[in-house]
Amino acid sequence: MSEQQPVLIRVFLTFARNSLVREMTFRTNFFIQCVASISWTLMNLGFYLIIFHHLNHKPLADGSGWQQNEFFVFLATTWIVFSIVQAFFMPNVQEFSELIRTGNLDFVLLKPIDTQFLISFAKVDWSALVNFVMGILLLTVGVWRLTTQSNNPLLLNPANVLLYWFYVACGVTILYSLMISLAATSIWLGRNQSLYDFWFYITNFSRYPMEIYARSWGWSLWGLFTFVIPILIVVNVPARILARPLRPEGPWLGLSLSGFTILATFACLVISRRVFTLALQSYRSASS
Amino acid sequence: MYVRAHTWWTILRIALEERLVYRGDFALGTLMRFLPIITQIFLWWAIFESIGGGSAEKVEIANFTFPDMVAYYLLTMVGRAFSSMPGLASGVARQIRDGEIKKFLIQPVDMVGFLMLSRIAHKLAYYSVATLPFALVFYLCRGYFSAGWPDPLTLAAFIASLILGFLLGFFLETSIGLIGFWFLEVSSLLFVYMLFSFFLSGHMFPLDMLPEPWNLLVDLLPLKYLAYFPAAVFLGKVSQDELMLQLGIQVAWILFFIFLSRYLWKRGVRRYSGFGG
Repeated sequence: MSEQQPVLIRVFLTFARNSLVREMTFRTNFFIQCVASISWTLMNLGFYLIIFHHLNHKPLADGSGWQQNEFFVFLATTWIVFSIVQAFFMPNVQEFSELIRTGNLDFVLLKPIDTQFLISFAKVDWSALVNFVMGILLLTVGVWRLTTQSNNPLLLNPANVLLYWFYVACGVTILYSLMISLAATSIWLGRNQSLYDFWFYITNFSRYPMEIYARSWGWSLWGLFTFVIPILIVVNVPARILARPLRPEGPWLGLSLSGFTILATFACLVISRRVFTLALQSYRSASS
Repeated sequence: MYVRAHTWWTILRIALEERLVYRGDFALGTLMRFLPIITQIFLWWAIFESIGGGSAEKVEIANFTFPDMVAYYLLTMVGRAFSSMPGLASGVARQIRDGEIKKFLIQPVDMVGFLMLSRIAHKLAYYSVATLPFALVFYLCRGYFSAGWPDPLTLAAFIASLILGFLLGFFLETSIGLIGFWFLEVSSLLFVYMLFSFFLSGHMFPLDMLPEPWNLLVDLLPLKYLAYFPAAVFLGKVSQDELMLQLGIQVAWILFFIFLSRYLWKRGVRRYSGFGG
């Protein structure tokens, strides 16, 4: 018996291809799902267009610099980050609770590959990536308008673009860690439909510029969702690095918040791995 | 007559008991559903403050002050608690597809009536559990209801609009479900409906905020009675003379969907063919 480790990236590519083949088998369904996702993003956009219509060239939060074009970048980043999570992790984590409940996790544990890897990447929901495309489109529009506006235009340099994608990856990692930790708790709880809803309601906090929480008891939310469950930085940090709503940007964000993001990403990944292995240890198969 | 009433009563009771099995999960879930309100409070707080140049007071967006706006979101939750019908349309479509609908063709029980009773039971069970979390949240947010309780007439109109909202939601969704006789799979149609209803019922924002051509369009649709209208009535945004007219239009929409669902049922059953047991 050879103890050969499978090459994870190749295994993943096979998974991705299989999922694509599956989705292409039901092409109309795939198409309808794409249309549904697009209409959802358009309504999201419509909501903010109405808000900015009433804001009348004022920023979303007083003194924050999130005006319409800057906010387009923010909203696009939200779509991009969440579409990646939706496409790569959501279907798998959903499946995970089901595997535990039915006892089919046994078969996953038996496979000669890292269990967390197999659980996290087995399926890809390709239709969710249509929101990624929508995000790129809106991002392009936002950045284009920002760089070409006559009043205080945005100067784009390649470093910012690279950093943007780096922090998008950090954001995705943080969300993934939160998701897999929540899912792992279903080993202890048997089934956790409410916890899954909980994920939706918690991540909802991350979809807005953090400045809106910077008032009275909002500060406690800000602290909680930055330092304890760091979901506020998931969208805020990359969007801020690209759109730079306050030009010139104060130095505090540049260093402390982006440094903190790297730290938080690392911590989230380590903690979620610990939670996952700990949970697996208390797994008792449900079937015989 | 007595026998029939007894039948309906039994159906109602069974459905009620069925619904109360998971009450703990229910109450927790209801409380969690208010979490997005928190972000809405801060979002609108920031917006009103930005418009007011540092102070949210005395700023109005489409006749809504900041407290009005938060109160509006809370009230739409009440409206949705009456008008939303989770799983109704998809359930009807599934029963048509599975052939479960056969039982209504054999038994002397009317399907729409049966669904209605189970839905009433569902709602009653929901309110009996959800009242507590609702009361808690409303108590915590009482400061946003700056005008206090509305006068008795408005309150009566509010309650009427909620009950009519329930009926409208029920017959509208039943009609969509019954389209399943023709399409079998209505989930994508349903998704589109849900999307539009989320946006155009006023669940997402007060419909008064919509710019020119859109607000007229929304006025012509029945969706606004599902969330926007009860909240607007409570907040006194609907004038006294318009109130009766609007309630009348709502009743007309309900009648329309009652007839539509009856018609779809009649035509659908004629098309329907069931096989096997």
